[in-house]
Amino acid sequence: MNSLTKTETIEKTTKPELKEKMSVKYLCAYFGDVQALSTVSMSIYKKRVLAIIGPSGCGKSTFIRCLNRMHEVVGGEYVGEIKLDDVDIKKFNSVILRRKVGMVFQKPNPFPTMSVFDNVVAGLKLNGFRNKSKLKEIAEDCLKKVALWDEVKDSLNKAGTSLSGGQQQRLCIARTIAVEPEVILMDEPASALDPISTAKIEELIFDLRKNYTIVIVTHNMQQAARVSDFTAFLYMGKLVEYNKTKKLFISPTEKRTEDYIAGRFG
Amino acid sequence: MVLKKLFSKTEEKFFHSNTLQNNERHLGDYIFHNVTRLFAFFVLGLMLVMFLELFIESLPSINKFGLSFITSSEWNPVKDKYGALPFIFGTVYSSILALMIALPLSIGVAVFLTEVAPTWLEQPVSILVELLAAIPSIVYGLFGIFVLAPFLKNVVEPFLQTHFGFLPFFKGSFYGFGMLSAALILSIMILPIITSISRDVMKAIPDSLREGAYALGATKWETIKIVLISSRSGVLGATLLGFGRAIGETMAVTMVIGNRPEISLSLFDAGHTMASVLANEFTEATSSLYVSSLMEIGLLFFLITIIINSIARLIVNNVTKKYGKIA
Ligand SMILES: Nc1ncnc2c1ncn2[C@@H]1O[C@H](COP(=O)(O)OP(=O)(O)OP(=O)(O)O)[C@@H](O)[C@H]1O
Ligand SMILES: [Mg+2]
Repeated sequence: MNSLTKTETIEKTTKPELKEKMSVKYLCAYFGDVQALSTVSMSIYKKRVLAIIGPSGCGKSTFIRCLNRMHEVVGGEYVGEIKLDDVDIKKFNSVILRRKVGMVFQKPNPFPTMSVFDNVVAGLKLNGFRNKSKLKEIAEDCLKKVALWDEVKDSLNKAGTSLSGGQQQRLCIARTIAVEPEVILMDEPASALDPISTAKIEELIFDLRKNYTIVIVTHNMQQAARVSDFTAFLYMGKLVEYNKTKKLFISPTEKRTEDYIAGRFG
Repeated sequence: MVLKKLFSKTEEKFFHSNTLQNNERHLGDYIFHNVTRLFAFFVLGLMLVMFLELFIESLPSINKFGLSFITSSEWNPVKDKYGALPFIFGTVYSSILALMIALPLSIGVAVFLTEVAPTWLEQPVSILVELLAAIPSIVYGLFGIFVLAPFLKNVVEPFLQTHFGFLPFFKGSFYGFGMLSAALILSIMILPIITSISRDVMKAIPDSLREGAYALGATKWETIKIVLISSRSGVLGATLLGFGRAIGETMAVTMVIGNRPEISLSLFDAGHTMASVLANEFTEATSSLYVSSLMEIGLLFFLITIIINSIARLIVNNVTKKYGKIA
């Protein structure tokens, strides 16, 4: 699968209506006295993939962690406005928000004491979902969606941590989509994986965007170019450039973006 | 045992690196290596000597009573008949009761320290809890005699008897001294070790696990539940260590348990433990069979505590190793 044909398919399928799923306005995020983001504004479009790129420490993780209020779990705060379907996310109960805006982490983090199956349905069980046969159905469905079913269908009762790193990461994605979120945030989901597992995750992202809105943080320019419709370039806590991925990579308007993409810094 | 394991590992490394360096031995390494080996074997040897000594000394009693020593409940120095069951029962019963009180408390404190408390509070509370372990046993005993026992006798035990007197646990007359006061004192004494090890185990659980739970829409309480489940084997190890400590505790228990070799479920009744009978009766033991019987209790006691502590250590070590890797 070469990257060019993939980008072309993206162009074709993205033609229909562009609706705003989340909007971020004048977002400033803090860790105590440290300011990690300043006045970042951007739109996140429905059923599109938005890639966040930028050098280490520029605030990419902080940005996406604001989107589902995970930022406050580590004691951070933000000012500015983040809306999900035109509702301020601060109006949501954080628990409900996180069920709508799911998250996949850099390091696969399946629950170590749970089996593969229990990991997939962990979120549903938290929701009070107890119907066994329905749970099985959903688990199978989600594992198929992340292309893991064939690999684990005989070992659903093995510990989630017994899988390989790439499988664990797909398991975590399955766990995330099992609660049927509307938006999926991914913080460098493939950076701890080998090239083959990475390719699988990328394919998966490509499939998932039919049904979900995705925001992905990545250090890998090619990956951003391959999987995303839009790209935002952050630098030192500020949004430098935001555009359709193709435009941003082929003809960036900012000198700093061009330099970063060309690998001249960062 | 742990020492020996650790030791053989360094030994392996030592020899391995030596073969790489073409068997060039440094004198300092050589001396250090052998001196540490000597210390390690000294500890092992000490334990072996203690075991053999206890075993030899208890031979008369073993030959005389055989298995009935641990099944008979008659402890009668006058008739020179000895059965250790009341002491085994008292030891196990008081320790289990102490665990039932201390475990929920300890887990609660550990959860508070790792999951709830702000950082500025965590350190002082941890230190306070650990200071509890530094208080000498006899001070706990004095506290038991002068504060706890009167309080139990005047307030707690009348209350329990009027409201729960139908249960076998709260029957009979009460004096403040007995199983209940022993269990309470013990529970305070084992709280620090269970708490601090549970806290360490929960701390070793990587934050990524908590974040994973939060990101799935778990509430604080649900996240704590996942942390608890993930740390269960470590908490089990901590519990066993606490149990080991409770079993071995002598002074404070002797001062409050009443020291009568009885087997009774009632928490109001007096009891006796293996440790307290040894402490109490060694000076009075006149006949040689009496001494030998006490020695056999010592032998049993020695074996039980070593087994429980080894299992606990193994569990705790395994858990920290496992999560050390993930974190
Ligand atoms: N828990 C924290 N406490 C204090 N400061 C933090 C914390 N986490 C991040 N920061 C600071 O916030 C800034 C942005 O960090 P962030 O993790 O968002 O960067 P990033 O773009 O994701 O970097 P990377 O590519 O290395 O993951 C950095 O300067 C960092 O030092
Ligand atoms: Mg990051």
